[in-house]
Amino acid sequence: MTATSLQIMTATINRCAFALLALIMLAACSEEGRQHAGDEALAAAEVDAPESRMRDHPETGEKLARRQVLVRGNASEPASLDPHLVEDTVGGAIVVDLFEGLTRSGPNGDTEPALARSWSSSDNNLTWTFRLREDGRWSDGTTVTAHDFVYGWRRAVDPEVGSNYAYYIESAGVENAAEIITGEKEPEALGVRAIDDFTFEVTLAQPITYLPDMTVHYTMFPAPREAIETHGPDWTKPGNMVSNGAYLLDTWHLGEKLVAARNPHYRENNRTIIDRVVYVPIESSSAELQRYASGELHMTSTVPVSQMVRLKKERPDELVMAPSIATYMYAFNVNRPPFDDVRVRRALTYAIDRNLIVNYITRGGQMPAFSLTPGYVSDFDFQQPEYGTWSQPERDEAARRELEKAGYTEDNPLEFELLYNTDESHKALAIVVSQMWKEKLGAKVTISNLEWKTFLSEKQAGNYEMARFGWKGDYNEASTFLTLLTTDSGNNDGGWGNVEYDQLLQDARSAEDPNPYYVQAEEILWQEFPVAPVYFNTTVALVSPVLKGYPENNPRNIIYSKDMYITAD
Amino acid sequence: MFSFIIRRLAVAVPTILALITVSFVLMHAAPGGPFTNERNVPEAVMENIEAKYNLDKPLWQQYFIYVGNVAQGDLGPSFRYKDFTVNELIESSFPRSAYIGAWSFLFVVVFGVGLGVLAALKQNRWPDYTVMTAAMTGVVFPNFVMAPLLVLLFAVTLRWLPAGGWEGGQVEYIVMPIIAMATSYIAQVARITRSSMIETLRSPYIRTARAKGIPRHKIVLRHALKPALIPVVSYLGPAFVGIITGSVIIDQVFSTGGIGQHFVNGAINRDYSLILGVTILVGMLTIVFNAVVDILYTWLDPRVRY
Amino acid sequence: MLFSDKHAGMGELADTLADEAFTEGRSLWRDARRRFMQHRAAVASLVVLALLLLFATFGQYLSPWDNESIDWASLPNLDEDGVPSLASQHYFGLDPIGRDLYQRTVQGSRISLMVGVLGALTAVIIGTLYGAISGYVGGRTDAIMMRTLEVLSAFPFMFLVIVLMAVFGRNVLLIFVAIGAVSWLNMARIVRGQTLSLKRKEYIEAAVAVGVHPFLIVIRHIVPNVLGVVIVYATLLVPEMILFESFISFLGLGVSEPYTSWGALISEGANAMWTAPWTLIFPMLMLVLTLFCFNFLGDGLRDALDPKDR
Repeated sequence: MTATSLQIMTATINRCAFALLALIMLAACSEEGRQHAGDEALAAAEVDAPESRMRDHPETGEKLARRQVLVRGNASEPASLDPHLVEDTVGGAIVVDLFEGLTRSGPNGDTEPALARSWSSSDNNLTWTFRLREDGRWSDGTTVTAHDFVYGWRRAVDPEVGSNYAYYIESAGVENAAEIITGEKEPEALGVRAIDDFTFEVTLAQPITYLPDMTVHYTMFPAPREAIETHGPDWTKPGNMVSNGAYLLDTWHLGEKLVAARNPHYRENNRTIIDRVVYVPIESSSAELQRYASGELHMTSTVPVSQMVRLKKERPDELVMAPSIATYMYAFNVNRPPFDDVRVRRALTYAIDRNLIVNYITRGGQMPAFSLTPGYVSDFDFQQPEYGTWSQPERDEAARRELEKAGYTEDNPLEFELLYNTDESHKALAIVVSQMWKEKLGAKVTISNLEWKTFLSEKQAGNYEMARFGWKGDYNEASTFLTLLTTDSGNNDGGWGNVEYDQLLQDARSAEDPNPYYVQAEEILWQEFPVAPVYFNTTVALVSPVLKGYPENNPRNIIYSKDMYITAD
Repeated sequence: MFSFIIRRLAVAVPTILALITVSFVLMHAAPGGPFTNERNVPEAVMENIEAKYNLDKPLWQQYFIYVGNVAQGDLGPSFRYKDFTVNELIESSFPRSAYIGAWSFLFVVVFGVGLGVLAALKQNRWPDYTVMTAAMTGVVFPNFVMAPLLVLLFAVTLRWLPAGGWEGGQVEYIVMPIIAMATSYIAQVARITRSSMIETLRSPYIRTARAKGIPRHKIVLRHALKPALIPVVSYLGPAFVGIITGSVIIDQVFSTGGIGQHFVNGAINRDYSLILGVTILVGMLTIVFNAVVDILYTWLDPRVRY
Repeated sequence: MLFSDKHAGMGELADTLADEAFTEGRSLWRDARRRFMQHRAAVASLVVLALLLLFATFGQYLSPWDNESIDWASLPNLDEDGVPSLASQHYFGLDPIGRDLYQRTVQGSRISLMVGVLGALTAVIIGTLYGAISGYVGGRTDAIMMRTLEVLSAFPFMFLVIVLMAVFGRNVLLIFVAIGAVSWLNMARIVRGQTLSLKRKEYIEAAVAVGVHPFLIVIRHIVPNVLGVVIVYATLLVPEMILFESFISFLGLGVSEPYTSWGALISEGANAMWTAPWTLIFPMLMLVLTLFCFNFLGDGLRDALDPKDR
C-alpha cells in the first residue's frame, strides 16, 4: 500500500492555527483534552447505535462503554471500496473491516488463518490448496465459497476491471496472470479453481513459499458476484454492497464520514464488540489532531511531526509508535554523472548521520537504516552491513576518502540536485541531509520540491539525479523490499541493475529457506549503493486510553476494528 | 432588460465551450496523469486502466467524447474517486457548500456594508478606527488561519461546538465554517464600502443636498448608498461565486464534505473529469452572477444602460 | 522626484501609480504631496515601510549566521538553545530544524515584499486598464472582454501554475507572473463598474464632444477618477499577494528551499508554536506591520490623489 494521497494543504492548514491560539488557550487544550477524550467522545458523531449487548469484556472482564461506536481518523477518501480497485492505505483500512480474505494479519504482523482453515502446498510450492471454513457468510446471508475467491482473483487481473494491483497477482506467479493482463488470454484462464465449494486451489507458474502471507492483501479477497453483476459499478454504494467481513457499509458522505455497521451474518459476529465504525477523512494531520483533542476521534491515522515533542511530554500514554515495514531512502540515478560512480554513492550514503535524523528531526521512534529490508520483517535474517557498525566519525572519514578518490576536491566540488515532493517532513529531511553533505563533503546540493504528480512523473521517467524514495511493503516478507531493485522492477527507476542480484532473488522464490539468498542480495546492495537508506519507518498515532486492542506492534499496520473495544473509562 | 438577459444566455454556451477547451488543453499539458501512482504499475496494467477511462484515445477524440457527454449533462466518472461519477460528487457536495456560502454571504453583506458605512460616516473618529482595525485584523486572518483557530477555541478548549462534521447541516456544525468563510470577506467589503462611501459623500451632488439642509441619514440612505455600492457590487459578484463554491480549507478542517476540496484535490490528483466538472460549474455560476451584477449596476446607477 | 530619497521604495509605487494617472501635471503634485504629508499615519507608514525595505536589503550584514546553515550544536535541545538571544547572535532564535531565524526572516522579507508589491502592481496596471477600456468602450468590445474575464476567472488556476512550473522550471519571477495573472480579474471588474457610471458624467461627455481620442479619455479622465478605489483595493491586494504566495508555496509550487517567505515562515512557525513561539512571532509581526502600513498608506494616497478634493 502506498501513502499516495498527497496531503495537500496539510501544510497550509496547520500553520498559523496552532500558533496564535496557543496564546489564547495555552495549556487548556492538553489538560482538558485528556480528561474528556473518550467518555463523552463522539457525542458529536451523532451516530445512532443500539446499546451494546455486552457490559463487560468476556475475556478481560473490563467494563465496556455502553455505546460501542469507534471513530477513526482516516487520512483521506479512498480511491474505491472495491477490494480489487483499492489502491491506497486509507481504502485498505476500510476494506479489511468490510471484507475478509483467506488469511489475516495477527497483532504482531504474523499471518493467521481467516476464512481459510488450513492450507498446504505440493509440487514444489507450485500448487497451493486452501481449505475454507464453512461458516463464512456474505452480508446477504449466503455462504462464502471457493467460487467467490475464484471470481475475485479473476477480477483482479481482468483488464476490464482495470485494477492497479493486477500486478500483485502476477508477482505471486499465478499461472497465466501476466497473459491475462496483456489481453492474450481470457480471465478464465487464471490458475485458480474451486475444487469444491470449500477448497480453493492456486496454480503457480513460478513457485513461491510465501503465498499465504500474500493473501492477507485485499487484492486476493473474494468478491460478491451477484451484487457486482446486479449493480455494476454502483455495487460499492451503501445499500448495494454485499461484503463478508465483520462490518457492512452503512453510509458514505464523501469528505465527511463513512459509517460501517455490524454485519449480523458475520461468522464471528457474537465476538465483535464494536457496533459501528466511523471513518473520518481528514487530510490535514493538524486538523486531525484537533479533532482528537476535542474528543471526537478515538484514534488518529498520523501525528504532525512538529507536535511530537509536545505530545511526548503531554500525552505519552496515548502516543503509539509502531514499527512499520517501510524504509525511507534516497535513490541515485546511476545512469547520470555524478552518481554513475559508485564511490560517490558510497560517500553520500556514509555521510548521513542517521542517529541525528531519527532523534532530532523525525522523532517518531524510527530506526537508523543502513540496509534495505527492516530487521523486523517476518522470518528475515537481518544482518547489519559493515558500514552500519562503524561510528559516524569513522563513516564521515571514509566518505571523504571515497569522494577524494572519485576526484572531487574543494576546487572541483560535487554538484547535484535532490528532488522531493512537497511535504513538511520530506522537506525537513532534505534540508538536513543536504547540509550534512555540504558541510562534511563540501558538496553543492540544490534541493527542489515538486508537486506530487510532477515529482512522480519526473522520478518514473528517471529524470533526476537523486530523489526521495519511500517504500512500504505489500506483504510481510523480505522479497517485497528486495524485488524493488531488480532490473525489471517497475519501481527501480534509478537504472541500477545487477544480474547476480536478479538471479539470487529468482532462486529465493523456490528455496526452502530463502534467507541465505536475501543476505547475499543485501550484501550486493551495500557494495553497489543503488540507494542511500536513511531510516526504517514507524506508524505514529494517537490512541484514546479508552480504546483497547489497538495493534501497537503490527509492522503491517493493519488495524481490524473488530479486534478492538471501548472501555467505560 | 429582457433582451439583455437573452443575449447573455446566448453567449454563455460559447463561453463555456471556450472554458472547457482551454482547461482541457492545459490539464493534459500538466505532467503526470490521474493514474500516475507512487507504485509504478506495469505498462500492461496501466494500459488497461487507461483504456477503461478512454485515455488511450487521441486527445481530440477524448475532447469530443467529453464535450458530447457534457452536452447530455453527463460529466463522466471521477478518475480519483472510482466509486462515484462527477455528477454524484457535485450533487452531494455543492449543496453543502452553497448552504454554508449563502449564510456567509448574508453576513458579509450585512456586516461588511454596515460596518463600512459606519466607518465612513465617522471617518477618523473612534468607530472608524475600531472598524478598520478589526477589518485589517480580519484580512491578516484568512480562513486557513481562522478555521483551525476557531476549532481550537470553541471545540478543543471550550467544548461548545463539535470540531467537525456536517450531520445534515445542524446549526452547531455550520457555525464555525460560516465564521471562517465570512471573516476575511467582511473585512474586505467593509474596507471597500468605507472608501467608496467617503468618496461619494464628497461628490458635488451630496454637498448640494447637504447645503439644502436634507437630514444626514436621508442623504446617506437615499442618495449616497446606491452609488457607493457600485464597487462593492463589482467585488461581491465574483466573490459570491467563490463563497458558495466553498473553500478547500474549510472542507478539510471541518470535514464538511463540501465542493471546495475538489478544486485543489482535483488538480493535485489530476482528476481530469472532476476538475472539468467543477470548472464548468464555476463558469456557469460566474456567467450568471456577472449578469446579475450588471443588472444591479443599472439599478444602482440609472445612467448605466445596456 | 516626489518623495525624498530615503523613501525611495514607496516613492516608486506612488510614482508608478502617479505616472499612470497623470502624464503631465502642474501644481497637482505639490497639492497631492501637501495633502499626503498632512496624513500623519500615512507618513509614519511610509517611514516604517522604508525601514522594512532597508531591513530586507541590508539586514543580513548584522548577523554572523546565514539563512541555510544548521546550528548542529543547538539541534538536540532547540527548546532551550533555540530561543532568541543576543549572546548566541540568533536574534530571532532558531527554526524547527536549527537554522537562524533572523537571517531567514531577512531573506523572506525580500521575497514577500517583492511578491506583494510587484504582484499587486501587475494586477493594478492590467486590471485598471482592462476594466477602464472595457467599461468605456462598451458594446461588443465590452461583451467580449467581459466574457474573456469569465473564462479566466472560472479557469482551474492550479493547473496554470503546475504547467508553468513544468514548462519553465522553478523561478521566483514566475510566481509573480502567475499571481499577477489571476489577481487582476477582480480589479478589472471593479474598475469597469466605476467606469460604467463615470462615462455618463458631464465632463466625459464634454471631452467626447470636443473630440478627444477615446484612449486619452480613458487615461486622463477615467483612470484618475477610479484611482481612489483602485488604490484602496491595491493596498488590500499587497497582503493578499503575500498570503497567496505562501499558499502556492505550500502546494509545492512557490518559493523553493533554502529560500523562504513570510508566509512559509509563519506556517512553519505556527507548527512549532507550542515549543518555540518565537518562530511564529517574528514573521507574523513583519506581516502585520506591513499590512497596517499599506493600509494607512492607501488611505493617505487616496486622500492625496482624489481629484474631487482639488
